[in-house]
Amino acid sequence: MISTQTLQNVAEELMAKAAIEIPDDYLAGVKGMAETEEGDLSAFVLRAMLENYEAAKEDRRAMCADTGVPRWFVKLGNEARIEGGPVALEAALRRATASATHEIPLRPNRVHPLWRTDHNNNVGLNAPEIDYSFEPEANWIDLTAVHKGGLFGTDYRMLFPGDGIDGIKRFLLDTLIAFGKRGLACQPAIVGIGLGGSKDTCMVLGKQAACLRTVGNRNPDPRIAALEMELKDLGNSIGMGAMGFVGSSMVIDCHIEAGFTHTGGMPMSVHAFCLSSRRATARVHADGGIDYRTDPKWFTPYMRRETVEWQTDPASGARSA
Amino acid sequence: MADRSSKRRTLRLKTPISAEDIADFRLGDVVYLDGLIYTGREGVYKRVVDEGAELPVDPAQVGNVNFHCSPAAAVREDGSYNVGAVTATASFRFAKWLDRWFEISGCKVIIGKGGMTSEAYRKHLVPQGAVYLTTVGYGTGALLGRGIKRVVAAHWLEDLGIAQAMWVFEVENFGPFLVESDLQGNSLFERANAEVAKNLDALYEGLKPPVMSRYGETDDRKDELI
Ligand code: SF4
Repeated sequence: MISTQTLQNVAEELMAKAAIEIPDDYLAGVKGMAETEEGDLSAFVLRAMLENYEAAKEDRRAMCADTGVPRWFVKLGNEARIEGGPVALEAALRRATASATHEIPLRPNRVHPLWRTDHNNNVGLNAPEIDYSFEPEANWIDLTAVHKGGLFGTDYRMLFPGDGIDGIKRFLLDTLIAFGKRGLACQPAIVGIGLGGSKDTCMVLGKQAACLRTVGNRNPDPRIAALEMELKDLGNSIGMGAMGFVGSSMVIDCHIEAGFTHTGGMPMSVHAFCLSSRRATARVHADGGIDYRTDPKWFTPYMRRETVEWQTDPASGARSA
Repeated sequence: MADRSSKRRTLRLKTPISAEDIADFRLGDVVYLDGLIYTGREGVYKRVVDEGAELPVDPAQVGNVNFHCSPAAAVREDGSYNVGAVTATASFRFAKWLDRWFEISGCKVIIGKGGMTSEAYRKHLVPQGAVYLTTVGYGTGALLGRGIKRVVAAHWLEDLGIAQAMWVFEVENFGPFLVESDLQGNSLFERANAEVAKNLDALYEGLKPPVMSRYGETDDRKDELI
């Protein structure tokens, strides 16, 4: 039985970690780009960002004052039991969001879309979002905090099968160029692409691809993995770098997630996880043990299952779809 | 990592920034500030420009630098302020208030995110002898937060909230910023856009257009969104 007090404490800690500590994989990506960036101004921006990440950690302050919209991704082991059930878990996450907003401090960004009502704690109607997934045979809970920034850099389009890979490339270029000018997307970014699914699924997959996979991680489908690399290089060949200055630092990595879609369509979404790519994960074990990490490990084989049944191979413990 | 910054000047200036210093700015200069600056964005502009409210402080006393920003801040129980990170917000949305704002406040330097169009600079900033500095990144919130030495005041905090209040900060080595507009109304971003645009036709070459277009869609990729 996992106690709700533990969950709330862990969630508060995750809020601070996400806001303050840039994940290592993203940091390594920016460092790599700072080495190779030929554009003078773009390279200057990357160096300033590297300094900024250090300052954030040293001072224990948020890396960017636009602390984005805090949200939660919960992976529940099938055998995990929470004291008070899922309702208590949601209450713990909402409480942690509110208290951490005040303590760190974060900017209270969340307001009502029409009345601009601000509770000053990033909690309100449908906020923070809590997304769920499940994991067979596990008795732990993974909590991931993401503080997604960016009013800019995300778009959706219904493409059609006839548009093919050309259509995907065009729409990616359109999105990156449009929002890359003046650096509105705060690139270089982890670009997440959702392909297929229903419209809403398409958006969700792209968002999760951007926020929940680490730099260097590849899709298990080798052809999608190849497309990820191709699209990353395409984005970096635009001639645009950080803040829209001349350069090549646009896409730190590109992640694609696909979902079966209507036979007549090929919806596509693009999401940019910005220079403040804020995520932090903790695994809360059944015995109360806690392990913090920066890789959400969200897209498990179970998440990407393709067929009707899901079987566990009793001999190896490995899973097959 | 080669140091390619030698071409760029780095300036450290005290606020209020003098007319001579402003005239000397070149696009792409790196600027750090010391002294007093204040925040003000749509909440303050609406109040002062649209509703005619008196400024809560004598503008001559708080420097001539208007930061388009909302800090990640909280008010402690004892009434003191905990300012964490500070980052600018996108400025292009505020152009419509600026003429009157400059007249009322005597502001000469705007710091924000993303700049405005050169058209807006010529219309609103150049006639006032004002220029625009952009934050860098734009996520340098921790560096900027470090540069804030003291919260002098947080005006209209009750009514406008943390994000929209008029904060007055005493700053030290506050930056970096880049000079984005000069007294001729040129824009560093537009210069970059023009460079990038040269490559765009080649980039799209051979990619067939989508089978279904979007209503109102532009095909001119040299356009900007703002
Ligand atoms: S997009 Fe990211 S880096 Fe840019 S201001 Fe928003 S949170 Fe900060």
